[in-house]
Amino acid sequence: MSDILLSLKGLTKAYPGVVANDNVSFDIGTGEVHALLGENGAGKSTLVKMIYGLVKPDSGTMTLRGKAFAPAEPRAARADGIAMVFQHFSLFDALNVAENIALGMENPPPMRDLAARIREVSETYGLPLDPYRTVGDLSAGERQRVEIIRCLLQDPKLLIMDEPTSVLTPQEVEILFKTLRKLSAEGTAILYISHKLEEIRALCDHATVLRLGKNVGECVPAETSARDMAELMVGTALKTPTRAGRDMGDVALEIVSLDAKSPSAFGTSLKSVSLSVRKGEVLGIGGVAGNGQDELLAVLSGEILTAPGSVKLHGRPIGQTGPTARRGIGLLTAPEERLGHAAAPDMSLTENAMLTGSVRENLESRGFLKWRTAQGFAEKIIEAFDVRTPGPNNAARSLSGGNLQKFVIGREVLQRPEVLVVNQPTWGVDASAAAAIRQAILDLVAKGAAVICISQDLDELMEISDRFAALNEGRLSEPRPTTGLTVEEIGLMMGGAHGMEVAHV
Amino acid sequence: MIVLEKRPQASQLWSLATPVVAVLATMVFGGLLFALLGTQPVEAIRTIFWDPLFGEFAFYYRPQLLVKGAPLVLIAIGLSLGFKAGIWNIGAEGQYIIGALTGAGVGLAFYPLEAWYIFPLMVIAGALGGWAWAMIPGVLKVRFGTNEILVSLMLVYVAEQLLASMSLGLLKNPQGFGFPGSRNLNEYESANSWINQNAGLHWGVVAATIAVIFAYVLLNRHMLGFHIRLTGDAPRAARFAGVSPGRLVLFCLGTSGMLAGLAGLFEVAGPAGQVSIDFNTGYGFTAIIVAFLGRLHPIGILLAGLLMALTYIGGEIAQSQMGLPAAAIQVFQGMLLFFLLALDLLTNYRIRLKSREVA
Repeated sequence: MSDILLSLKGLTKAYPGVVANDNVSFDIGTGEVHALLGENGAGKSTLVKMIYGLVKPDSGTMTLRGKAFAPAEPRAARADGIAMVFQHFSLFDALNVAENIALGMENPPPMRDLAARIREVSETYGLPLDPYRTVGDLSAGERQRVEIIRCLLQDPKLLIMDEPTSVLTPQEVEILFKTLRKLSAEGTAILYISHKLEEIRALCDHATVLRLGKNVGECVPAETSARDMAELMVGTALKTPTRAGRDMGDVALEIVSLDAKSPSAFGTSLKSVSLSVRKGEVLGIGGVAGNGQDELLAVLSGEILTAPGSVKLHGRPIGQTGPTARRGIGLLTAPEERLGHAAAPDMSLTENAMLTGSVRENLESRGFLKWRTAQGFAEKIIEAFDVRTPGPNNAARSLSGGNLQKFVIGREVLQRPEVLVVNQPTWGVDASAAAAIRQAILDLVAKGAAVICISQDLDELMEISDRFAALNEGRLSEPRPTTGLTVEEIGLMMGGAHGMEVAHV
Repeated sequence: MIVLEKRPQASQLWSLATPVVAVLATMVFGGLLFALLGTQPVEAIRTIFWDPLFGEFAFYYRPQLLVKGAPLVLIAIGLSLGFKAGIWNIGAEGQYIIGALTGAGVGLAFYPLEAWYIFPLMVIAGALGGWAWAMIPGVLKVRFGTNEILVSLMLVYVAEQLLASMSLGLLKNPQGFGFPGSRNLNEYESANSWINQNAGLHWGVVAATIAVIFAYVLLNRHMLGFHIRLTGDAPRAARFAGVSPGRLVLFCLGTSGMLAGLAGLFEVAGPAGQVSIDFNTGYGFTAIIVAFLGRLHPIGILLAGLLMALTYIGGEIAQSQMGLPAAAIQVFQGMLLFFLLALDLLTNYRIRLKSREVA
């Protein structure tokens, strides 16, 4: 960590209407694990794109090992020893691991040599991977390994990782961290982008915090509390959601050994799922993305109909009841995908308020729509949830992801649900808005509603839920009280480390 | 480099301006085409757009505008409901034919009885005929997931064969000296759709007006219309909102078939007068253009239908008076749709000149 590998000085990049990076400077040492922290839109992605040669800075300079460094394209950056693992994988499902890796190489060696190299690297770094397996059959964690090995084959000096743990179970995260530490010990610097503070504290030597494109502070994560880092990121003191003492009531919603086939060919069918949630209780459901979360929400929203008795609201079978009727009896849902599922992109916020609010907010009478009332309802949501938009006549797609999320959650919360089911309620929302959304959920529970919160953010689930269960390949684990649950146990509920048996030997 | 940049939301201004700009562009390029064909371009454009409305013989052409416009608007309104929801009924021409056959069939069955109830019965039969013909692709789509575009289109050719068979067989005028075609309904008082023939006014014009109002209210004030628009914008959000996709398919196809069937009935009982082999003249297909030209909006369709009727009538005048080939007129109409769809891009995108960025 003694000598400086990459030095950034005064990097600035402006897009029409927004300065993505404003005079950002910091150094990364050889073999250092450097965290880049910041909320959504703080300018982390733009910064690493400049280092990787995807975006040219408007001004400012970069120096790599003492020499001026201005990559014109990713190829040039790679030639200089910079590698990047993107948040979204660029792999072909139908090809096998070795073929996928060969595709990204300038001069791929013969397939057999490449496979041997892949095996070698994967064993050295504790990332077991069979080069001949088809990528389509791999779990998210294994796919990420393909991307990492693809990078390692180039022998990088600096490895950039963009939010690598969002798709991993805790066990998989632990394995990844071991690999990264080993790399760092061998002298490879790592630029680690994340907003998960505990991870950064566990892994990184140094952290740079970005806010609104500016470098607002540096710290040594191991010596700084997560709370202090969060406040540095957000710029204000954070309010932790508080839960009032709750009285649990009767069972509000119940699922009894439910099997449901996914409507999508790439979906995960639900297999004998059972759960129940009481009034005044939050049931948290974790799990790696794509393990049946969307299907579980669809079964509860009424988009997938099931055997009548397999879903019960207040003891009443509703498996064959459609979405509108379910809303009528107090079961409200908010899906994960905001644009296109929870909201219609080209429709105004007023129309989107109508989308789920028509029954409970009396926005229609005998089939005819009361637009004025709907607009009032939309304005109420905008005000109560601090949705930043010029007004209710703006199209949903003109809102930023976080603002639309606040609108979508607010729309359901304000309809006074008896049971609320949310999927990824704070996904892509900045820290203060996320806190506000969680608080709104807890307030609802304090008033006696039952909530099922499906999320991939374990910190969030630990914070708000009373009991926790995890989805793994369409099966739901036995729910357990959240208090006293260790990360290890949660990880096992989520299915442990996929395909990692080798590593345990 | 020219770059298309997506607008944060659709431009209100451009969505109103594109039809006008498209018409102007068609006039310019159509004029160019006519010039290349050796005709006076300004003269040709004037003949097509001006003469039918304000020329010397406008008193004859203006009623024609209603006669040609009514079926176009009536069919296009029905199609627009489905198009808005992403349900593509391309076979309105077939439903139009079947509506004419069933409607005329009922009327002819009563011949020579004169009674007030005959025409209403024909209207119902025409509507049902078109509805049933459209339900074939509808039910097949809902039950077996077939493509409604292909099925509805192919049923047009089936309907044409049926029309030929009917005019040569079952519905042939027994007193027609062996000529193909049915009795002329214009000579049968009770089965006649004219209200005032000199003004071009028949019941189809009334039906088209009602359909425009009905569609407007449905789309803007009613839950069903909201669900139609929602399905078109975001099918998953529509399911989430509680829309049953199958029911919507049946409603949209059924309604568009019904309106096309009505258009066929009013046509056969009025302007056409009889079931004959060449009864259908392509209204069902032109209505697709009308629906898009009117931006799938009821009022827009009303205006677009009249404009399209104008180019038909004007085109015929240009053919007979200036010797323009019929194909040139069709190219001209095609241009109109082309420019409209091309310019449509500007509602959702803006054009920017940009220096090239490393990608």
